[in-house]
Amino acid sequence: MSTTIASPRSPYSAPRNRGVNWEKWGWIYMRASGVVLIILIFGHLFVNLVLGEGVKGIDFAFVAGKWANPFWQVWDLLMLWLAFIHGGNGMRTIVNDYATRPLTRKILLAAILVSVVVEIALGTVIIFAFDPCPVGSPADLLPSFCPVNQ
Amino acid sequence: MTLVADSPAGAPVPEAPIEAFTVTLIIRRFDPDVDDEPRWQDFDVQMFATDRILDALHKIKWEQDGSLTFRRSCAHGICGSDAMRINGRNRLACKTLIKDLDISKPIYVEAIKGLPLEKDLIVDMDPFFESFREVQPFLQSQTAPPKDKERIQSVADRARFDDTTKCILCAACTSSCPVFWTDGQYFGPAAIVNAHRFIFDSRDEAAQTRLDILNDKEGVWRCRTTFNCTDACPRGIQVTQAIAEVKQAIMRGKP
Repeated sequence: MSTTIASPRSPYSAPRNRGVNWEKWGWIYMRASGVVLIILIFGHLFVNLVLGEGVKGIDFAFVAGKWANPFWQVWDLLMLWLAFIHGGNGMRTIVNDYATRPLTRKILLAAILVSVVVEIALGTVIIFAFDPCPVGSPADLLPSFCPVNQ
Repeated sequence: MTLVADSPAGAPVPEAPIEAFTVTLIIRRFDPDVDDEPRWQDFDVQMFATDRILDALHKIKWEQDGSLTFRRSCAHGICGSDAMRINGRNRLACKTLIKDLDISKPIYVEAIKGLPLEKDLIVDMDPFFESFREVQPFLQSQTAPPKDKERIQSVADRARFDDTTKCILCAACTSSCPVFWTDGQYFGPAAIVNAHRFIFDSRDEAAQTRLDILNDKEGVWRCRTTFNCTDACPRGIQVTQAIAEVKQAIMRGKP
């Protein structure tokens, strides 16, 4: 923590920190993702709960139908990534503000990081690998719209 | 308007005696030679409605307990020595009038938070001034001013940073900031306000250096816009807005 007073008439010195400024990009990310998430989440809620039969229309077939469409795959993928990183970064901020002991802070931050990575990985795999009618499954376990049952 | 006396001439109204109140102050005392932990001690003082908390502290120190320790200098809200936490809010003791407080209840007075407590109402201000010095709060210019003349500035250019020139470095804002309470490395609102004062000064040429300093991990991005600093400022500086303007300047890359 020393002052950086240059000698008189010396040219402007190089900035102190090089490389990616995570704090700055984190701050920008929170605002940008927040705006996008408002559209994504309210669009998601409207389509699921209001359009068509509303909340009664949600069942396995409804989800399977949505994820058969690349548009909804991308929508849900964006929502998953943006929301989890947004929430994780927000939790990190809160932990930094309130966890006073370094060990507590480290443990909580690690727990947040692990949960964000695991949930994003699981969610991404499910969105793309989802198959409502896996080949070779017993017919009684498959939903009614699968070709085996028709 | 014409000046007409309301009362008949020659009949001065006898002045009513000014009403005095007994005010209870509960002060958080700490003597490092005796106490392990700070303790609360209460004092009763006779005060007028127009008196200030600083007058109450003076009365206690001069008439009841000479060991009470606090900083004050000008006693008129300019020197910024007597910032303290009065009823849970950071204020200047010399600008807080008794009549503005609810004296039916005791008034709690304690030192500002987030800085090391030294004695009673005195904290160690070194970390605060350290971050103030780090933002280089002085005019820097590589060019000489016009010969035998001052550096001319337009009224609009001067108005750009007028709000942040009002800072008296009392630390009321920085010690009300929850981020500063837990992260002592954060520059704090006061340092950013004083950086703002030079970043947006058209005569200054080191804005980029200051923006780089405040772009640090412990710089402006730590701010959570809780507005505690704006509420606490005894000079009414829009502190949170100044911090937001510095954030925008960093993103633009220029003031």
